Amino acid sequence: MTELLNGHAGEHAEGRSPLSLVPKADGKQSLKDFKTDQEVRWCPGCGDYAILAAVQSFLPELGLRRENITFISGIGCSSRFPYYMNTYGFHSIHGRAPAIATGLATSRPDLSVWVVTGDGDALSIGGNHLIHAMRRNVNLKILLFNNRIYGLTKGQYSPTSETGKITKSTPMGSLDAPFNPLSLAIGAEGTFVARTIDSDRKHLQSVLRAAAQHRGTALVEIYQNCNIFNDGAFDPLKDPEVRDDITVRLEHGRPIVFGADGQKALRRTPSGSFEVVATADVPAADIAVHDAHNPDPSLAFALSRLDSPAFEHTPIGIFRDVDRPSYDELLRAQVEEAVEQQGPGDLAELLRSGDTWRID
Amino acid sequence: MTKQVEQLDRVIIRFAGDSGDGMQLTGDRFTQETAAFGNDLSTLPNFPAEIRAPAGTLPGVSSFQLHFADHDILTPGDAPDVLVAMNPAALKANLGDLPRGADLIINTDEFTRRNLAKVGYAADPVEDGSLGEYRVHALPLTSMTVTALTGYDISKKDAERAKNMFALGLLSWLYHRPTEGTLAFLERKFAKKPEIMKANVAAFHAGWNYGETTEAFSVQYQVKPAKHDAGLYRNITGNVALAYGLVAAGQRSGLPVYLGSYPITPASDILHELSKHKRFGVRTFQAEDEIAAVGAALGASFGGSLGVTTTSGPGIALKSETIGLAVATELPLVVIDVQRSGPSTGMPTKTEQADLLQAMHGRNGEAPVPVIAPRSPSDCFAAALEASRIAVKYRTPVIVLSDGYLANGSEPWKLPDVDALPVIEPGFAAPDQEDFQPFRRDPETLARPWAVPGTPGLEHRIGGLEKADGSGNISYDPANHDRMTRLRQAKVDGIAADIEPLSVDDPSGAARVLVLGWGGTFGAISAAVRAVRERGGQVAQAHLRHLNPFPANLEPVLRSYDRVVVPEINLGQLALLLRGRFLIDVISYNQVRGLPFKSEELAGVLQDVIDRD
Repeated sequence: MTELLNGHAGEHAEGRSPLSLVPKADGKQSLKDFKTDQEVRWCPGCGDYAILAAVQSFLPELGLRRENITFISGIGCSSRFPYYMNTYGFHSIHGRAPAIATGLATSRPDLSVWVVTGDGDALSIGGNHLIHAMRRNVNLKILLFNNRIYGLTKGQYSPTSETGKITKSTPMGSLDAPFNPLSLAIGAEGTFVARTIDSDRKHLQSVLRAAAQHRGTALVEIYQNCNIFNDGAFDPLKDPEVRDDITVRLEHGRPIVFGADGQKALRRTPSGSFEVVATADVPAADIAVHDAHNPDPSLAFALSRLDSPAFEHTPIGIFRDVDRPSYDELLRAQVEEAVEQQGPGDLAELLRSGDTWRID
Repeated sequence: MTKQVEQLDRVIIRFAGDSGDGMQLTGDRFTQETAAFGNDLSTLPNFPAEIRAPAGTLPGVSSFQLHFADHDILTPGDAPDVLVAMNPAALKANLGDLPRGADLIINTDEFTRRNLAKVGYAADPVEDGSLGEYRVHALPLTSMTVTALTGYDISKKDAERAKNMFALGLLSWLYHRPTEGTLAFLERKFAKKPEIMKANVAAFHAGWNYGETTEAFSVQYQVKPAKHDAGLYRNITGNVALAYGLVAAGQRSGLPVYLGSYPITPASDILHELSKHKRFGVRTFQAEDEIAAVGAALGASFGGSLGVTTTSGPGIALKSETIGLAVATELPLVVIDVQRSGPSTGMPTKTEQADLLQAMHGRNGEAPVPVIAPRSPSDCFAAALEASRIAVKYRTPVIVLSDGYLANGSEPWKLPDVDALPVIEPGFAAPDQEDFQPFRRDPETLARPWAVPGTPGLEHRIGGLEKADGSGNISYDPANHDRMTRLRQAKVDGIAADIEPLSVDDPSGAARVLVLGWGGTFGAISAAVRAVRERGGQVAQAHLRHLNPFPANLEPVLRSYDRVVVPEINLGQLALLLRGRFLIDVISYNQVRGLPFKSEELAGVLQDVIDRD
């Protein structure tokens, strides 16, 4: 128990991978092993297709037995995901996937449990479960498909829609300020917080790779295009003309520079936030170095604030990745400790506990 | 001084005081001694929802009633023979229940002008003659306790707080209770505060000695042990019995128990109790809300655990959607609802039976759920085990309707032989089946396979969308939905063949009136039936444990009597179901006072029905 409690930030000890207890596949797997016979029913051109293909082609890399992988979803377009994965799957209730997945993950250490959710599912109706899963650090990999709109209910604004959004339910513009999902995750004590984009398979898979190995909850925000109700929401990040100028690719231990030729960089301000500077104008030592393992969440939080609906500059990659025991490990350790200290349960003895008397 | 000893066959004592006076503890200790002595007993704790309501006020009164006897008894009793009133509020709140001639033990130290004014007494009732109908023992309990504790290194406040032990000592003397258990208990409870422990022990002895030496009590009472069946007994509350029943279900099924729960009165004690039993492989998860609690339980069931959630009042409303998902996905799930007074927050610490229709129908769509109700605190053990058996065998959520009275009330329980408890067979699906279909049903039970993640070759997806019969693929086919809806209903209806038929207690065979109850009213109804019969009346009694499905013989039983009386602590919910199902116009008798029925009142109701025409 003490050993488990003494996890240190940045110390990714071998054998603590959440996958160490998940049985490995006998042979080599391929993308095809993870496809089902169900017809995929997203709208043609939906960003979900790209994410599905990226996940299906990534999973063989983990080499886990297929039956030990489970996808759990809530309700929404993205939540149809499990039907297309040839693993165990549970398409549950709007917003409740993290709660249901918590029950599964905390009772079955031999499973790799993935949650697929959207901005409405995770951040609106399910906000409570999302934050509590993260603070507990339950061993879940949460893929949050963020398209900044309600798709399945046909186009109302979502908790990540920009203020003033004109939609069916807000003909004069939405009034709510949006959530920044990563700021929320960092505030909720998230231990792994990352962002990627549906259209960048290589980047998406690199984030999935790190998420899969993370001990506890990994929250991966995936910018995903809804071509029916919010088409082009992330175009600046996809447009070859401008994307390199505004996309800040975070890599642990590397100076944070971006722009087509690395001409821009981030520097910390005295107030603790970041400012964009011209790389050539500042001494190399002034350029911020990304430290995803830093126990202090304020760095990751400051990075998360750089994103704006206007896409002046948008960091992607792993913002935060710190080591802390997962809830599942601790729960398991308590059960083991109880057995160790008191011996395995004896039902007759339990019933006899307390004051008893015999009548002859 | 030799005291006269009087034999009694039964006594009802009510301890009442401020919620900070330790009345629940005092009552509980007296109960344990009474149990150890071998009396039959039944208890009724009654306390405010506020942890510490303003001191000395009526809302702050906490009481504990204990009925004990030399014969088997069924209820905590209608009216106390003895009331211990620790302050004016306790007197005022409870005096109305006291019959003439009852003993009244009053702590006069608390009868100050200020305390009397707080509850609206213009004059001190101890002195103004208004208590003339009772045998009043006006005693300065607090100051006697403080005096007895001079010399102990404790604060005056701690000395005053020991007055409940003085009262307990006095009552223990008065009724010849054994004292070893309480002394051992105090040693355990205050092991880390030896001076407080010694003081409480001293206060207890002082109370005992006071009874023995003072002239205030000329008579000591004796209630002989009851004749119970041979066996090993303990006293148990409904909540602890439910927790033990769940542990037993885990042991008898080989399934790990997984409790997802959110604290709520009066169900929290089940969570507290189960969290102590991790060495049985029990996992308890205190969730962020009621919805997450049942969600986690269902997620654990999906993974092959015995998923359980416990709640009360508004909590069961919050869980409705997930229970519906459990119906649709056909996974085992045990939902324990410790009913309390509603609607909304209602009266959290008071009992009621008004969640029956919600348990039966409180979900969107056609969503049948088996419903089971225990009849007494100790019966909660068997009910939890039976609910688990049905949930696992039929792959279905099962709702257990306990109530606030059963949850906190207690009675002696003859411990069962654990090896004779039913075995629950999980029957997990075997791996690598050709043409595995997650919704292909067992022809006998109509249950679907329980194929848990980790089973090779059976990878499949489930969810809340309608599924095609057999394959479980998403289906919007009209005929399929009609078939699946009927199949889910038929599965639950079919459980009727797998449960005990309703047994009827009709000793003379000549009764024309049947009284039919369900759940926690069993004790009060049985006592009423006994009273009617003792006076020469003829009445038959039956009590439902299974509310859904009903036992197969329920209709013929109902039809074999001229009149059926259905007493319920709601406005007629079972009556509505019986009328709807059988077109039998039962006579509904209802109270919703937050308290159990009084058996004398019920006896009157039954007699009136017997006497009709």
